[in-house]
Amino acid sequence: MTIQEIGRPRKRKEDAKLLTGRTQWTDNLARPGLLHVMFLRSPMAHARITRVDVSGARDLPGVVAAFSGQDLAAEQGSLPCAWPVTEDIVIPDHPPMAVSEVRYVGEAVACVIATDRYRAADALEAIDIEYEQLPAVLDMNEALAPDSPKVHESGNQAYSVKINSGDIEAAFRDAPVVVDRTYIQQRLIPSAMEPRAVLADTDGESFTLWSSTQIPHVLRVMLAVVTGIPEHRLRVIAPDVGGGFGSKLQVTAEEVLCLLLTRRLGRPVKWTESRSEGNLTVHHGRDQIQHVRLAADADGRIRGLRVSLLADMGAYLMLLTPGVPTLGGPMFNAIYKMDAYEFACTGVFTTKMPTDAYRGAGRPEATFGIERTIDELAAELGMDPVELRKRNWIRHEEFPYTTVSGLTYDSGNYEAATERAMSLFGYDKLRAEQVDRRDRGDPVQLGIGVSTYTEMCGLAPSRWLGEANFGAGGWEHASVRMLPTGKVEVITGSSPHGQGHVTSWSQIAADALGVPFDDITVLHGDTAVAHKGMDTYGSRSLVIGGMAVLKACDKVKEKARKLAAHALECSPDDLEFEAGAFKVRGTDSQKTIQELAFAAFTAHDLPEGMEPRLDSDVTFDPENYSFPHGTHLCAMEVDTETGMVKIRSYVAVDDIGKVINPLIVEGQLHGGIAQGIAQALYEEAVYDADGNLLTTTMADYLLPSAADLPSFVLDRTESPATSNPLGVKGVGEAGTIASTPAVVNAIVDALRPLGVRDVQMPCSPERVWRALQAARQGTREGAGR
Amino acid sequence: MPRITVTVDGVKYEEDVEPRLLLVHLLRERLGRTGTPVGCDTSNCGACTIMLDGKSAKSCSVLAVQADGCDILTIEGLSEGGRMHPMQRAFHEEHALQCGYCTPGMVMAAIDLLREDPDPSEETIRHGLEGNLCRCTGYCNIVRAVRRGAQEMGQAVNTP
Ligand code: FES
Ligand code: FES
Repeated sequence: MTIQEIGRPRKRKEDAKLLTGRTQWTDNLARPGLLHVMFLRSPMAHARITRVDVSGARDLPGVVAAFSGQDLAAEQGSLPCAWPVTEDIVIPDHPPMAVSEVRYVGEAVACVIATDRYRAADALEAIDIEYEQLPAVLDMNEALAPDSPKVHESGNQAYSVKINSGDIEAAFRDAPVVVDRTYIQQRLIPSAMEPRAVLADTDGESFTLWSSTQIPHVLRVMLAVVTGIPEHRLRVIAPDVGGGFGSKLQVTAEEVLCLLLTRRLGRPVKWTESRSEGNLTVHHGRDQIQHVRLAADADGRIRGLRVSLLADMGAYLMLLTPGVPTLGGPMFNAIYKMDAYEFACTGVFTTKMPTDAYRGAGRPEATFGIERTIDELAAELGMDPVELRKRNWIRHEEFPYTTVSGLTYDSGNYEAATERAMSLFGYDKLRAEQVDRRDRGDPVQLGIGVSTYTEMCGLAPSRWLGEANFGAGGWEHASVRMLPTGKVEVITGSSPHGQGHVTSWSQIAADALGVPFDDITVLHGDTAVAHKGMDTYGSRSLVIGGMAVLKACDKVKEKARKLAAHALECSPDDLEFEAGAFKVRGTDSQKTIQELAFAAFTAHDLPEGMEPRLDSDVTFDPENYSFPHGTHLCAMEVDTETGMVKIRSYVAVDDIGKVINPLIVEGQLHGGIAQGIAQALYEEAVYDADGNLLTTTMADYLLPSAADLPSFVLDRTESPATSNPLGVKGVGEAGTIASTPAVVNAIVDALRPLGVRDVQMPCSPERVWRALQAARQGTREGAGR
Repeated sequence: MPRITVTVDGVKYEEDVEPRLLLVHLLRERLGRTGTPVGCDTSNCGACTIMLDGKSAKSCSVLAVQADGCDILTIEGLSEGGRMHPMQRAFHEEHALQCGYCTPGMVMAAIDLLREDPDPSEETIRHGLEGNLCRCTGYCNIVRAVRRGAQEMGQAVNTP
């Protein structure tokens, strides 16, 4: 009897090389004759370039070339936006290197190519450039005023969308309770630990680009379109990639420019960003003003929800920029039943770094908006926030359930997850302690924050993505090859950067083919090896890519069955497959899949018409998204004298369907929760009044360290997804989506008796203290701004 | 150009270096020791942590010339005879790495932490690793791994 691999906490195959430093980060790679690229970047938020002279740089020792935007203008094309959410969206031209105008601090304006990075850095100083300052546009509300200075000729509105379901006017008319709140989703810097790096080389005809990217396949198509290098002459490789969180789901200026430079110079070029360069120029995340209105009956039943967003696009629309906030469109209504729903979103240009996908992309923002407002409604009604949720959520017996925004949730059990979380948390006891502290007037108050989130994973089916004007499909590809010695190669179109695909895919293939876990290798991230793929984002790898692996294994097994029947002289129907062997039912005669692999290789005796190979090539495109959910509870101690907050305990019970590897799942949740807490408490990209980014370093942009975070208590409930045979739902973003509102709800809950109704993120001690002061003085500033 | 002598992972090198060359660039670009990565330019992330004469140091904040005469241990020299150091094994066992970019520095910092406190509490570990950032793991499993590594290293010392 073989051990079942699926569900087993397998230690990762990926670890050994990472633990011993035998890694292939892009910056580790070298080619003979390698040159180093550095970019001169705009110090102005908005300006006309009046003069650039790179000749001073060209004359320096070690410098091979230097170019301005003008020098590259004829060949550099425009960076792509692949998600035009409306017909009339404005997609401004986006030159990889600015030619005549800069629109954010950090935009590349010139470059130097030298024999080493120190010389390249020296040479940047010798570039002569002059600007004529133009007005910065920083505030979204002001940007939309008719007399605002313009980021682009066409104006500051990129697009506007609205969706409607049910009679929203009726839902709000005469509603006994209406909660009306405005929240700021601050701008975040994704901060993958590996800075971006690009290496490009050519043999004069074909090109290879190594990049620290999440999307080698999408990148290849896009780069071919932008640069005019024919797709079949371009190979893209994502070697080891040190985290992404959406920030490496991009077609970047630097990737395009490195390709152009290697084409011009005929030599390999490499660019590696510094962290401060990265904080300026890796796309940012979030940045919305959310106006949320919730109408309810006196007993707490939700009648309708109205959401209106302003979403900061930054200066340009990058790969998925306009689509990210609209992903919240079908999600604000979350797990709740209601009569009517309205969602409106306006994308606004500002003179800041463009925003784009960051862990959760649109769903954390939506979850924050609704989960904060549900707690506010509970407070308004004097109800327990869990009780209010129970009155409104979809009951487990109601699945599949079509929500007010039109999605069909296939499975879930909010009751079970919540009950489990409350018992692990000791909900009643903590509530009692809260009352006690309130009664005693304890300077340290206790708050309890609830978040009962759901989200949608997979970014597929392709058909639906087409309806949403998304520029690509949502399928994923896999190949499985039985090698002559019985070992297995799995090739996946997903492109991991820390998630552990190699281990999880091995577990899936081991069970499906009945071969040992260690006999399987997983290849990925190189368009010459994995020739087809949609890559990794949107918690889609397992739900789509893992499913493709399962399907590819099944196909191999079907071929093997025919071969076995031929060898054993029986009908394929007489064979049963068990522990990696086809057995003739009721007899001892059998063929192992390894024997069959060898037989396919020699091809000495194959059935009529069978090709000599035991491999397959499949794609998977699901019928529906998948919908993980869960209940996160946060207990927070808030010092009312200093504004200091301290997470006392954090419990998360998630339902992500079936689990392939519980160890990896737990790790994804830990990291996800930490990133959501980081938004709630620590992180914010800050621009000053002139549009300079103030948080360019890790000293200014506060990524939490081990000392800033607690340990989390995790558990799971399991309602398998019905939209894929593995029953999996995806887990990459769940923690981040869930935790931010749980934390802020806890802080506000602690301070509510003192008159505080909101604290703006990140809830630093100063912000908490100011919110308290304002509440004490009875001003509207009690909202925390 | 000053000439320096350094021993890296047991191998002695003599190099002519520009005075401004950072130790991490000497390691990565001149000596090919790319196991030690760079994560920032302000000495905040700790990804570049190595052992300099037996104590942990951020190799991005040391000039190569300052390392003249020093003995340097990087993550690549930590395994002995193909066998991983107990701390490396503990990181594997506890799933304390995801993308692995912070890992070389984190392992080095963890080992250094145990020099001062061979049996650290969770609190001590969290504070001891404050200078090493990880974006993937949320630190829970790193803390567990350091506890396990401490136990195993303690045992290794205690076993005759
Ligand atoms: S590279 Fe960040 S501390 Fe050295
Ligand atoms: S494992 Fe990715 S940064 Fe720590």
